[in-house]
Amino acid sequence: MKLALGPVLYYWTQEKLQEFYEEIAAAPVDIVYLGETVCSRRHIMRLSDWLEVAEMLAAAGKTVVLSTLALIESESDLKSLRRIAENSDFTVEANDMGAVHRLANRMPFIAGPYLNIYNPQTLHLVASLGARRWVMPVEMSHEALQPLQQLRPEGMETEVFSYGRLPLAFSSRCFTARFHNLPKDDCRFLCINDPDGKTMRTREGKPFLVINGTQTQSALVYNLIGDLDSLRNAGVDVVRISPQSEHTAEIIRLFRDRLEQRISPENAAQQIESVMPEAACNGYWHGRPGMEQMFLASAMQHE
Amino acid sequence: MLPENKLELVCPAGSLPALKVAVDNGADCVYLGFRDDTNARNFTGLNFDAANARTGVEYAHAKGAKVFLALNTYPKSHGSERWTKAIDQAAENGMDAIILADPGLMQYAMKTHPQLHLHLSVQGSATNYEAINFYHEHFGIRRAVLPRVLSFAQVEELAAGTPVELELFGFGGLCVMVEGRCSLSSYVTGESPNNCGVCSPPKAVRWQKTAKGLESRLNGVLIDRYADDENTGYPTLCKGRFEVEGETYYAMEEPTSLNTLELLPELLRIKVRGLKIEGRQRSPAYVGQVTRVWREAIDQCMKNPQGFSVKPAWTTELGKISEGQQQTLGAYHRPWK
Repeated sequence: MKLALGPVLYYWTQEKLQEFYEEIAAAPVDIVYLGETVCSRRHIMRLSDWLEVAEMLAAAGKTVVLSTLALIESESDLKSLRRIAENSDFTVEANDMGAVHRLANRMPFIAGPYLNIYNPQTLHLVASLGARRWVMPVEMSHEALQPLQQLRPEGMETEVFSYGRLPLAFSSRCFTARFHNLPKDDCRFLCINDPDGKTMRTREGKPFLVINGTQTQSALVYNLIGDLDSLRNAGVDVVRISPQSEHTAEIIRLFRDRLEQRISPENAAQQIESVMPEAACNGYWHGRPGMEQMFLASAMQHE
Repeated sequence: MLPENKLELVCPAGSLPALKVAVDNGADCVYLGFRDDTNARNFTGLNFDAANARTGVEYAHAKGAKVFLALNTYPKSHGSERWTKAIDQAAENGMDAIILADPGLMQYAMKTHPQLHLHLSVQGSATNYEAINFYHEHFGIRRAVLPRVLSFAQVEELAAGTPVELELFGFGGLCVMVEGRCSLSSYVTGESPNNCGVCSPPKAVRWQKTAKGLESRLNGVLIDRYADDENTGYPTLCKGRFEVEGETYYAMEEPTSLNTLELLPELLRIKVRGLKIEGRQRSPAYVGQVTRVWREAIDQCMKNPQGFSVKPAWTTELGKISEGQQQTLGAYHRPWK
């Protein structure tokens, strides 16, 4: 299985991004997704800046993919989309059917996790339009994945979101601006102060969700490092890690060590704990509520 | 094709009595779902079996109203016959359109029943004309229902970029998240609109009186806690009160209803074709009340758009039955965002 690094979902400064991707260039990851997928108002990086990062990563041997916005609402959002879709150097991840419309039958593309591909019919449709890889919706279980794998179109790769706070919902409302009592149109880009989002707790203090501008994430960290054997058995080709502000390179290394059987699932799960911003969950993969943590099958056998 | 200035009132029918009340009170169209997970209001005691659906279609057609079938969840591979069977049934029953979100199903419907009109469900998350034109080009959809997240200016821009008719939510529950792009409910309960046709399902809800107040929980997660003098609301998880950096508030959305009465002339002007009332889970009495008010408002607006104004009596009547007794223009009014 290959390792991929998903797009940075938070708003980071240009310096922070620069530093981050320089570290990633040296990390044992095969594919890197780049670009702003959450909020069209975030403007620190222009396409030309992303392309520079892309070239740097490509020179370091990474396969680079440009990701598009998940929520496209205005003509100016569409303009940015077209610019990305028309680039001639890098493959594009479509995160909205509008993006699929621009890419269809023009160039091979990646069908992103927000396209709601839940069955083989839809998978075959995107394949016929040029998709070469698809990213499973985060809420899908390995059992639900099976029939799609069995009837998978020729040459189609399957990618699974395997580490990071889960991107659970998109809104056009900005919840960070709402927290600051500001209208979205005058948000002052305050989400730049939350490099891992803002934690939302229940009234009894339990970490529940994370506010990331217009995106809502899980507070718990989805973590399938202990489940990689079952991903492999399910015929998954690419394992996606979602960036966090600290320790991402270390997390990539742990996943790599686990993929190459250098450490056991228990050992990997234990080591990764110290670099996670919150406790782990893996319920979705096991057909349970996403927030639940199922114990490792091998650990249970030892009990 | 509808005449130039026609705005259809599209009303919810969670049951045969609700369908009849909607039609009797002036709905141009009603939408309904079958009694399973093929639609996004998969609640116990709600929806239609095959016989009821047939009766409903006959009743509506006899009075000149159309019937749309909501088939707006995403089938998993096993059991997808439930969805394709529902499409076959809609065709047999002479339904006027089916409302779909899943591209695989659209392909089936187009190939198997080319005469069937297809509408893109709000669950299809199409928020721009490129996305809508995608479904138009590949499946010939006639109409698209827009997610409740676009501002009016964005809707206008979108309308200019597509030949597809648009249907907008006008009244009822307000999703703060883009429909079809929200897995909050499955994160907590395992069931979501996309995979099971439910959000914050009743079977996961627990109410508990505690020393700190009345608590509502969803699969154990505390969604809200009420003081004695506060109105309680159904624990839809995005409408609870949570704590962010020491502040406890409705971090995502207040319990409130969408109400776009005052936008009617503008909606007509940009040629919106369907005005959708949310609420298949509501009682026939509710459906009757809402349909009556909106029928009168739409008739007045079509007769004289320039002179249209919202009657205080309409607002009062709708206010009485709104969630949290509050109403909002939602995303159509940009500052809401």
